[in-house]
Amino acid sequence: MRFFVEQLTFGLTNGAIYALIALGYTMVYGIIELINFAHGDIFTVGGFFGLTLIGLIGLDHAPAALLLPGLVLVFAVAMGLNGLLGVVIERVAYRPLRNAPRLAPLITAVGISFVLEGILFLIKGPNQVSYPNLLPSGSVNLGFASVGIGAILIVLIAVALMVGLSQFIRRTRIGRAMRATAQDRDAARLMGININRTIAITFFIGSALAAAGGIIYGFYFQTIAFDVGFRAGLVAFTAAVFGGIGNVVGASIGGFVIGMIIALVSGYFQGGQQWSDVVVFSILIMTLVFRPTGLLGMRVPEK
Amino acid sequence: MKRPKARAKAGIIDRVRDFEVRGLGALGRGRNVPYLLLGVALILFPILDSDSSHVNVAADAGHWILLALGLNIVVGYAGLLDLGYAAFFAIGSYAFAILASGQFNIHVSFWILLPASALIAALFGVLLGAPTLRLRGDYLAIVTLGFGEIVPRVFRNATPFTGGVNGIVGIDQPKLPPILSWNGNFGFNPVPWYYLILAVLIVSLLLINNLRNSRLGRAWMAIREDEVAAAATGINTVTTKLLAFALGASFSGFAGTYYASKLFLVVPESFSFQAVSVVVLVMVVLGGMGNIRGVIVGAILIYFIQTYLLIQLPSWITGATAALNIDFLNKLDISGYVQRSNYLIFGIILAGIMLLRPQGLIPSAQRKVELELGTSDEAVADLGGSA
Repeated sequence: MRFFVEQLTFGLTNGAIYALIALGYTMVYGIIELINFAHGDIFTVGGFFGLTLIGLIGLDHAPAALLLPGLVLVFAVAMGLNGLLGVVIERVAYRPLRNAPRLAPLITAVGISFVLEGILFLIKGPNQVSYPNLLPSGSVNLGFASVGIGAILIVLIAVALMVGLSQFIRRTRIGRAMRATAQDRDAARLMGININRTIAITFFIGSALAAAGGIIYGFYFQTIAFDVGFRAGLVAFTAAVFGGIGNVVGASIGGFVIGMIIALVSGYFQGGQQWSDVVVFSILIMTLVFRPTGLLGMRVPEK
Repeated sequence: MKRPKARAKAGIIDRVRDFEVRGLGALGRGRNVPYLLLGVALILFPILDSDSSHVNVAADAGHWILLALGLNIVVGYAGLLDLGYAAFFAIGSYAFAILASGQFNIHVSFWILLPASALIAALFGVLLGAPTLRLRGDYLAIVTLGFGEIVPRVFRNATPFTGGVNGIVGIDQPKLPPILSWNGNFGFNPVPWYYLILAVLIVSLLLINNLRNSRLGRAWMAIREDEVAAAATGINTVTTKLLAFALGASFSGFAGTYYASKLFLVVPESFSFQAVSVVVLVMVVLGGMGNIRGVIVGAILIYFIQTYLLIQLPSWITGATAALNIDFLNKLDISGYVQRSNYLIFGIILAGIMLLRPQGLIPSAQRKVELELGTSDEAVADLGGSA
């Protein structure tokens, strides 16, 4: 039981990170039907933004009373910076190719992914960089097992961001504009929606959420490296597809489900850790082959 | 299109071009003279250049050209983005390594396995392609990316069969009957390897050139330009795409056998996305998707950058900064930066080419029009605008 709860918390915290990345994939795909291959690396850059900010304001040596406002500041600034990065990438690399043949933006996205990874590689080098864990270290005793407060906080932060996002999309004017643009870009334009701005906002939100995921990743694993976004991005994309691409709730659920699957496979099978990626990518292929709409997605016709 | 005026004042080049020796077929045509000369130069190269390390570099470049030519069928002709091309390369390499080494003490001849492992790779191409080629084009990219990640991991984890992380060492090398002063052993002598890959490349080029102009090749391009219209004209799109996929995979498997045997060993790390799939994609995109000449030039350029420039440049820079004796330049560790810049360079090439010159350095005329003016969507939009 104890072991099961351990795997469960591991799966849920991991899943929260995947879900935060998956949201960016699903929103961008929903609105411009582009698999943003660079999104995994945007996640890594966000994590490094957080690390740099923590170093700048010396948060890892700050007194306990200043920890919470400091954390809020780090999250806010890193998310903002990363959001701007997403907007710049969209403006420079994707917008000029919006009407080009499908292959062109896809290859560009792979290129941007390598540009980001290459820049991080140049600046941060090939090795793991250690990351401070600023989340409280205690644990809650449930009698049969104990759960770390840090893990609970991570899941809470992620769920709060997800709920906030889905309310934003459902209730605000900008959210309505995003849904309209995703449904029919030309009709939305005729209704007076500024398409370019709406798409830019989508990239901003997706990249900001990825930054939150990156910082949480750093706190949880206490290490980050220039290339963690490649694998994390692929897993998160699997989550987005599994949940139904284009669907925000689906991506959140998909993230948690994939996180749980990884935790259970690595916990309960001999040598499962090595095989967990094979399992995840097999889920990706199976989902695309047998149910390309995923759990909650709608059929997207080929345009 | 040639203007008739220029035609009338036929210069020496045109006269050579129109010259024809009957009875020799394509070889006798004047327009093919540059290719013949190039072919002769390539055949004489190991004899004229006594430095065997140069020949070795050329032989290694050869298998990258072969990989790029194969991916060009998939990406350039059929317009399918395959991000897991390394998987087929790995399958070809491991198929050969398992069937021709001390691993299970099986020693099948290289000359049988060379085509056989290409077939095995093609089979896996069909296995992966058959269910997934029905999907939208961008899903295919991510499925192949996932497949490309799975395959090396399986090879790394299936230790009893593949030697795990350490891979398989001591792979058989091909043998021929003795010719003149050469005893027929390939071993680590680069010259026979060079001639082998040259022969394979020449055959591949003839094959691909004919394929491109065949019914199948035209069907690929029709699908690339407009899949719905292609289907409407009676092309079986799934089978046609599957053929492109399988053919591309077989080239990769072929190259894998050559690579494994020449290197004498295989390890799972050499088949990652970053080490193979992207590099080959950069070659194809840089040179010009859909153009054989462009792809070859792209492959040679990238191979040169990766194995020569990025390795030699740091020592030149260290030499230069030491000679200049500028303190802060010495401290800056420029050579370290240069060595680590390959990802950035590949990324800039991919994104830059797509944004600035999508047809590549040496474009195929057809592809250029498509990529610059767009395909059916634009045409439909134009009609909509004028109506």
